[in-house]
This record gives sequence, structure tokens and C-alpha cells, in this order.
Amino acid sequence: METQALTYLFVGASFAIYIGIAFWSRAKSTNDFYVAGKGVNPIANGMATAADWMSASSFISMAGLIAFLGKDGSVYLMGWTGGYVLLALLLAPYLRKFGQYTVPDFVGTRYYSSTARLVAVICLIFISFVYIAGQMRGVGIVFSRFLEVDINTGVIIGMVIVFFYAVMGGMKGITYTQVAQYCVMIFAYLVPAIFISILITGNPIPQVGFGDTLNGSSIFLLDKLDQVTIDLGFGAYTENTKTNIDLFCITAALMFGTGGLPHVIVRFFTVPKVSDARKSAGYALIFIALLYTTAPAVAAFSRINFIDSIQNVEYSAAPDWFKNWENIGLLAWQDKNNDRSIQYSSGNALEGIKPDYSEQRGKSGERILNNKPNKANNNEVYIDRDIMVLANPEIAKLPGWVIALVAAGGLAAALSTAAGLLLVISSSISHDLLKKTFMPKINEKQELLYARIASTIAIAIAGLFGIYPPGFVAQVIAFAFGIAASTIFPALLMGIFSKRLNKEGAISGMIVGLVFTTSYIVYFKFLFTSANISENWFMGVSPEGIGFIGMLINFVVAYTVSSFTKKPPEKIDEMVESIRQP
Amino acid sequence: MRKKNITYWKSNLRILGSLMSIWFLASFGFGIIWSDTLDKIQIGGFKLGFWFAQQGSIYVFVIIIFVYVFLLNRLDKKHFLDSSKEE
Repeated sequence: METQALTYLFVGASFAIYIGIAFWSRAKSTNDFYVAGKGVNPIANGMATAADWMSASSFISMAGLIAFLGKDGSVYLMGWTGGYVLLALLLAPYLRKFGQYTVPDFVGTRYYSSTARLVAVICLIFISFVYIAGQMRGVGIVFSRFLEVDINTGVIIGMVIVFFYAVMGGMKGITYTQVAQYCVMIFAYLVPAIFISILITGNPIPQVGFGDTLNGSSIFLLDKLDQVTIDLGFGAYTENTKTNIDLFCITAALMFGTGGLPHVIVRFFTVPKVSDARKSAGYALIFIALLYTTAPAVAAFSRINFIDSIQNVEYSAAPDWFKNWENIGLLAWQDKNNDRSIQYSSGNALEGIKPDYSEQRGKSGERILNNKPNKANNNEVYIDRDIMVLANPEIAKLPGWVIALVAAGGLAAALSTAAGLLLVISSSISHDLLKKTFMPKINEKQELLYARIASTIAIAIAGLFGIYPPGFVAQVIAFAFGIAASTIFPALLMGIFSKRLNKEGAISGMIVGLVFTTSYIVYFKFLFTSANISENWFMGVSPEGIGFIGMLINFVVAYTVSSFTKKPPEKIDEMVESIRQP
Repeated sequence: MRKKNITYWKSNLRILGSLMSIWFLASFGFGIIWSDTLDKIQIGGFKLGFWFAQQGSIYVFVIIIFVYVFLLNRLDKKHFLDSSKEE
């Protein structure tokens, strides 16, 4: 009960801070609402970018994914940090020099076409909604586990909080709440990681600790982990199971996707100077790297702790966290061999993979499942990977306040990203669709009002996604990256680095990229999920990595079409020339 | 003026080219393509390829961005004496 009270206290206090900041920094003009008056200090902007960037997926899901994927999980680490190099070197400074409010603004102006702007808006809205769905689900998980409300109520509480500061504060409110959220989030991530690192290896730096030896023995942690995972029928933890071509494409899709994510790009519009945009991307990556280099350590620690604390333990003596997560519905146990103890190994424990709980309890007190046991293996445990980070402090038996802190951190991560996404959705509707396309006569006050209405509607839709979630948090998000990599990133890159690319080329490139990537993902992930095996993939590239191929196709189509159609007008030449100068 | 802009852009492209190669090498190269080969070298508890994939590449990324910030600030100064006035 004490942990529960602490959780309420931490979460309540952090929410009070966010709302306080939002009230203090509320937006008075469209310039404030869209780009925080372009007056944000580069370090603060770096922090805000990091918070904006590190979502429920980074905070809650990523270490869990890596814990189960082992070395294959590196694609997320490299993919979600390497994109910042692209942003800092290839996009951010030039887009800042261009000096408008939104990403479609750039596309529309550079390709002198409202059609191009419209295509960019469609891609952007699509990406943002896919992405935001994952955030709301993250909010729901945290609420339901730590505050003991059901997932749907959790989602609604999250919506109300985001509504309050995103709609009122716009970019200005969001920026300063994100700075606070970053601090909460990183503290919440590092504290348990440091504790666990000391417990397992005696080394207080998790980044070094997971390459260290286990306490009181001369065996390296990673060697032990390799051995345990092989014994249980998984591959060795530190070896890849995916092919190099697939790893390459997934990493590339995530990197180039990062470079094309509108809610990240728009953050670089808020700093005062071009040189600040470069610097700010550097600070952002430092702040991000702090979490991203800790995550693989957390992954290794939690995998070993997880196995140690449940393997061959009698269910009646199983730790509390095991039963808590079972009650939420993210963990299940089916006693295949009737020995009343838990056996965990490789393979899906259940037929149909996801547990379908009945109302009854079994002999040991476990939740009885309607699923038939999967006879192909002896694994008795179903575990949703999303719970690893949240359960980690409990698994390691850390004090209650650390667990409470993690809950507040998870919420900070989800809310900060959701707010950033809502802002790009609302600004693309009020600014790009209404002001610049359909209703050019509205004045600034009306535009601001429309921006607020658009965010309200967007929050409601996001909430629906959270209540009816499509799949794993991280998987849904992979979709957004594929689309960003194959549409927005190439359009921006070619817009800056090529003067020859014209509107026909850019538009056809984006459309082909979008259609190709979407149909590939929809085909394998939604229509024919059973066909989703490497033999059927195009050149061995999984749906997660197809965005990279989509991007290459986009380049080829855009250049081919451009070379057969007429050159862009003289003024575009001048515009490109001017954004290339700082 | 025009000529100065072209030399500025060319120097920028040169810097970009070399930094992007390092970016590629540290992640796609050491982290994926040659990762298994590097794994034969072990430093402490880390196999080197594994370390690049989960740690090293990220440190290199951070360094690349700050090197770029430094080089470009120097280039800006050389070409446009006062680059602080904008907007």
C-alpha cells in the first residue's frame, strides 16, 4: 500500500508541475503556438526534443524488446539515435533558415505547389496518428498497473492532461513542460538502472556494468546470459538471428524515418538562429543517448532477473509482480505439466499466442485461460514485452519509491510525445490546410482558434486509438517510421540538396513511396499475417525495414519524373540558394 | 557574393561527406555488416561487434554532431564574418 500512496504522490506532483508550467507559458499568438516565438534556448530545446522524441515506446517498450530480441534489438538503438545525425547535418539547419512554421510549409514552398503541400499534410497526419496511438496505450498501461484504474480510464485521464497543456500552451507550453518531463523521465530511468547494476554486477554505471562480471563470481554477465538463453532454447543473447540485409534495412528505415518525423523536425524551428539548430540537435542527442545507452543494460539485467526469479518457482510462491501483471492481463501462466511450478523457455506458450482469460481461477490460484496449450514446446509463460521496464524494479525488489518514480517517468515519456504530436497535427490542419489552402482569409486570432479546435479533435481520436489499440506499442510505431522514411524525409532532403527537383518529381516520389510502403506493411501485418515470413519478403526485407526500400524508390521516381518535366522556376533556385547560407 | 556562396557550399558538402561516412561505418559497418567478425574480439565482458551495435555507435553519433557544429561554426566565421545576425 505504501508504494501505491507514493505513486499517487509522484504522479500527482509531476502533473501539477506540468499544468503549472503550461499556465505560466500559455500561447498568445500563432507564433507562440506554432514555434514558441522562436526564442527557445538550444539546450532547453535539446531537452524538449529529447522528451518529445523519447516516447512510451522508448521508455516502456524498448528495453523490453531488446531483452527478448538480444543483439537483434540493436536496430532500435542505432536506428533511433542515428537519425539525429541526419537531422543535425542534413535537415535541421536548412529548415530553420527557411523559417516558416510547419514541415508542409517547406514542401509547399519549395515545390511551389499546394498539391505537394497537401500530400505532405496527408503523410504527416497519418504518421502522427499511428505514432500517437502507441503513446495513449502506454499511458493506459501505466495507469492500470500503478494507479489501479482500468486501461480505458487511464487513457481518458491522460487525454485530459494533454488537452490542458497542449491546447492552452501550444508549442510554448509544450516546450517548457517537455523540459520538466525530460528531467522526470531520465531520473526515473537511471535510478532503477543504477540500483540494479549495483545489485547484479557491483558497478554503479549501467553502461559499463552490463559488460562486467556478476557479483561474487568471475563470469561475465553477458556470457551467463548467452548460456541461460541457449539452455532455454532461445538463440544466444549476443548473437543476431535476423539476416544482415534485414537488420540493415530496419536500422535504415528507423534512421531515415527519424529524420522525417514532423514532430521532431518542427522542434528545430523554435530556436533563434541557424547555428543554434545544429547545436540543439547535438544536445538533444546527448540527452537521448543517456537513456539509449542505459536501455541495453536494463535489457540484459531484466532478462536475467526475470528468468532467475520465476524459473521452476511454485506458482503459489511466485513474486507479487507476477500475479499483478497477470491480473492486468499482460502475463499468463498455464501449467502444462501439472507440477504447479513455472517453467519458462522458448516458443509461444499458448495457441493463438495472446491469452484469452476466463473468469475462473485454477488450482494454484492462477487465471484459467480459454486458450489451448501449445503442445509444441514446454513454455508455460506468456509475457507482454511492454511490461519489462515497468516490472523491472519490482523484479529486482527495489524500494517502493523507485517503483513510483518509474510510473511517473513512463507517464512523462508518453505525455510529452503525445503533446508534440498533437501540436503538429493541429498546426498542419489550421495552418497548412485552412490558412494556406482552403481559407486564406482567416485572421491570426481565428487561426489560433482553429488550431485549438483541431488539437481537441485530435486528442479525442488519439484516445480512441488508445482504447482500441492496434498491436504492440513498438510495432505500431515501426509503421510510422516506414512512412516517414519513404515520404517526408526524401522530399525534404532533395528539396535542400537538389535544385533540379521539381514539383512533379517530388509529388510522384512521395505518392509512390507512400503507396509502396503502406501496401507492403498492410499486406503482411494486417491482411495476410500468416504469410509474414522471410521466404515471402521482398529481397528478404521485413515490413519493419521496408520504409528504406520505399525511400530508395521515392528517390528514383522523383529524379526520373523531374528529368522529363520542366525545371523549377527561377525563384526556387534563389530560395534553395538562400537556405544553404546560414 | 555568388562565388563566395558556392565555395561555402562546397566546403560544407565536403565536411558532410566525410562525417556521413563515419556515421555509416560506426553503425551499419561495425554494428551490422562486420559485426560478427568484430565479435571475435572481446574487451572485458563485451564482444566488440555487440558493443558497437548497442553502445559504441551511439557515442560516435554524438561526437559526429559536435564535430560538425565546431567545423561549421568555423566555416561560417571564415565566410561570413558576422553570422550572428539573422531574421
